Amino acid sequence: MEYFLELFMGGLTRGSIYALIALGYTMVYGIIELINFAHGEIYMIGAFTALITASVLAVMGVHQFAIMAIAMLAAIVYSSAYGFTVEKIAYKPLRHAPRLSPLISAIGMSIFLQNYVLLAQTSDFLPFPSLIPDFKFLEPYSNYLRPTELVILLTTAVVMVFLTLLIKFTKIGKAMRATAQDRTMAMLLGVNVNRVISTTFVIGSALAAIGGVLIASHIGQINFFIGFIAGIKAFTAAVLGGIGSIPGAVLGSFILGLTESFATGYVSSDYEDVFAFALLVLILIFRPGGLLGKSTTQKV
Amino acid sequence: MADPLLNVQNLTMDFGGLRALDHVNIDIQQNEIIALIGPNGAGKTTFFNCITGIYTPTGGDILITAPLRSGAASKTERINGLKPNQVTEKGMARTFQNIRLFPNMTVLENVMIGRHCRTRSGILGAVLRNHTMVREEQAVVDASYQILEKIGLSRFVNDLAKNLPYGAQRRLEIARALATEPFLLLLDEPAAGMNPHETLELDTLITRIRNEEKVSILLIEHDMKLVMSLSDRIFVMDYGKKIAQGTPEEIRNNPMVIKAYLGEECDVES
Amino acid sequence: MMTFTEIKKSFLTSLWFMFLTFPIMVIRVNTIEKQVIWRWENMWYVGIGSFLLSFVWRYFLRRKERGNNHANEHIANMSSSIQRIFSRRRYKIPAMVAAAMTVAVFPFVMNSYQTNIMITALMYVMLGLGLNIVVGLAGLLDLGYVAFYAVGAYTYGLLNHHFGIGFWTVLPLGGALGALFGVLLGFPVLRLRGDYLAIVTLGFGEIIRLILENWNEFSYGPSGIAHISKPSLFGIKLSFSGEITYMYFLMIGMVCFTIFVVNRLQNSRIGRAWIALREDEVACQAMGIDKTRTKLTAFALGATWAGMAGVIFAAKTTFINPASFTFMESAMILSIVVLGGMGSIPGVIIAALFLILLPEYLRAFSDYRMLLFGAIMVIMMVFRPQGIIATVRRNYNFKKAEN
Repeated sequence: MEYFLELFMGGLTRGSIYALIALGYTMVYGIIELINFAHGEIYMIGAFTALITASVLAVMGVHQFAIMAIAMLAAIVYSSAYGFTVEKIAYKPLRHAPRLSPLISAIGMSIFLQNYVLLAQTSDFLPFPSLIPDFKFLEPYSNYLRPTELVILLTTAVVMVFLTLLIKFTKIGKAMRATAQDRTMAMLLGVNVNRVISTTFVIGSALAAIGGVLIASHIGQINFFIGFIAGIKAFTAAVLGGIGSIPGAVLGSFILGLTESFATGYVSSDYEDVFAFALLVLILIFRPGGLLGKSTTQKV
Repeated sequence: MADPLLNVQNLTMDFGGLRALDHVNIDIQQNEIIALIGPNGAGKTTFFNCITGIYTPTGGDILITAPLRSGAASKTERINGLKPNQVTEKGMARTFQNIRLFPNMTVLENVMIGRHCRTRSGILGAVLRNHTMVREEQAVVDASYQILEKIGLSRFVNDLAKNLPYGAQRRLEIARALATEPFLLLLDEPAAGMNPHETLELDTLITRIRNEEKVSILLIEHDMKLVMSLSDRIFVMDYGKKIAQGTPEEIRNNPMVIKAYLGEECDVES
Repeated sequence: MMTFTEIKKSFLTSLWFMFLTFPIMVIRVNTIEKQVIWRWENMWYVGIGSFLLSFVWRYFLRRKERGNNHANEHIANMSSSIQRIFSRRRYKIPAMVAAAMTVAVFPFVMNSYQTNIMITALMYVMLGLGLNIVVGLAGLLDLGYVAFYAVGAYTYGLLNHHFGIGFWTVLPLGGALGALFGVLLGFPVLRLRGDYLAIVTLGFGEIIRLILENWNEFSYGPSGIAHISKPSLFGIKLSFSGEITYMYFLMIGMVCFTIFVVNRLQNSRIGRAWIALREDEVACQAMGIDKTRTKLTAFALGATWAGMAGVIFAAKTTFINPASFTFMESAMILSIVVLGGMGSIPGVIIAALFLILLPEYLRAFSDYRMLLFGAIMVIMMVFRPQGIIATVRRNYNFKKAEN
């Protein structure tokens, strides 16, 4: 039973991280119908920025809580800035190009960012400082709930609530929903579509940064390549839930996280990644609309 | 009277809860030019998409009786649910409301694509280039060029399709559809965006295609002058239903039709 | 016009990039010894670089916007007139002779190290031309191309290891197995829209690699298969440099064969159908072309070439392991196709030679190779999606109507 609980909590944690990244994919897709391949790299850059900031602050002898807050903030700011810039360089000039063009551009951007970090930093795994304190009150449950897991779950929950409020009630949220429904119409009605798209990238990137920092302090090490696998898995989750749908992305992420956790725990850990990829291929073949997505009829 | 070329019975199409087509009946006889008219959103293009296999209709029958070249009795087939390419192979070719050419291929190549389903050479033939294949290829080129001459596009033959003037692009779509050797040509708003002079040319072109190529024509069109001068019979649709049919003269005086159109105009004015 | 606002714009851009690259470029932490290294000079490089580049970027962007019909047409006409000149007999034959001479003497003039690099480059020419069928002609974005390459390589590796079967027997077999995998994967996924297809093929590529890495009993895992036989030449025992020369000419032969086949396919009924499919799927289907079948042939043919290239790769290196078949390899082949120009045979050849040889000869470049590939994909898509050598549609000879 305890093993089950451990796997369950592990699965929820994974799911939370996937959800934070998957939201970026799904929101961008909802608005400009583009698979933002570079999104995984934004997450990786978030983790790197946090690592660098935290290390500098640690050398300067700043208090642990301050380090945690500042590192998280730096990661969010920088990831958002990168997301914003990537959109301006690689996608905006291609708004009216054939579908394949922005996709190739996105893949190029992803490769570029990976190698940029590889060259400017290092190809080795870097130990990531534990930014999250050991909570004393968790000791009796330490077999299946680690402090980092608790923080990840709570943070994700809070972020989700904020995101929902933002999209439901704010002006920009309404503009985003309108643009997702019909970009031309939104533009005619005075929505600044370029700003909506930029905002979407910024929000998505900020969420990915939070995910990046949390998982890095949970696992304890990062390198330039972490964005690739995490990106694909989060994308799988987004597709599983129905790409373009925000609740779908969250649902898909938890399903993926839990199944992965149980599969590696009870079956075998060798094929952990194969499992996620196979799931992705199967969903796309049998239910490309996802669980909560709508199937679209092509207009002629 | 012989079986109609195209006999659509009780065609129904639902999108979720929305009924876009409601028990539509239409028949087309050999060598007829038929127009399908109606206010915007009446379901005309949906009707086209259903009979050309782009949508699978929810209910009803689409029956075709392809005329044989020999003039012998031909059999009637139900084509519901066939894929678009199979429908084209059966002998119904269409054009699109918003022009859908292959923009980066030459004008001639666009027409050659239309010959695809009437030719057979495969990968091995393409690589080995044996005698049969070379001959087939040359026949495709010649036939395509002749179609361009007939449609009056031969001076653009090696231009890229995207560089053609607008009216010529519309005519190229017709040429491409003709290359598939259809017995029925479906034109979706062929005169849209044309100036009066181009429309007049189109009028002659369509009549010529009917007379010379022995192809029947079904067209969706908003230009009433063109519709009235071209058509043998007219079908009128509104809100997914067929509300009237008859000769241009009958349609002109049909109170239902006047109401459908005027009703719309009143909405616009109020 | 270099106005004040222009300079201000570039200045702000450079400030933005200095801010953006600050943590990654400037700070470097040694997490073990708790040391921080500040590399302030990088900040100035970034600042000056982005200041200058932003002028170039805006200049090209404006030119593209202004001359969407005008300037681009001009470039297209220029490159097409270059091609037209070369297609004229007078220039074509001397050019071909010169190229053939260079190709023929290359391994005798250059040392075996350089010949080896050339063999690698030729392999990428072959892979690029194969992927060009799928991406360039049929417009199907295949990100798992390397999977079929791996299938070919392991077919030869395993058959040679277990049964000692020779290269020439396995070469067609590798191609056939590549095609089989292509059909098996293509059949279910080719119904998907373009971007989903890209992801599924990417996933498939990774699945194949991970299986090779983890299924030790079958593929010997990460340690791979060693001592694979080199291709035989009528049983003659070759010296070390002889083997390389032989491999070189074998590769030249394969590339010529590939060019021959792809060129003929491109100008055939099937090739036209692929291009039409790329241009407009709906119209293509409405013109009587079977979408699934046409896509499947393109996919399977591309896979055949990857399979054959894989067999040659295994024979050349005599050692294979899963590390040679990562997504980066697929990305590299894709950037060759993108840079060369989708559907353009000379473009792909030039791009492959350029992208593989440049980093080899300019050592300074080799570290930046993948960075360069990524940048090329973005820049090409933004400024010149038709590639360095755009395809020129062929003109046909036709009979005018007799009247």
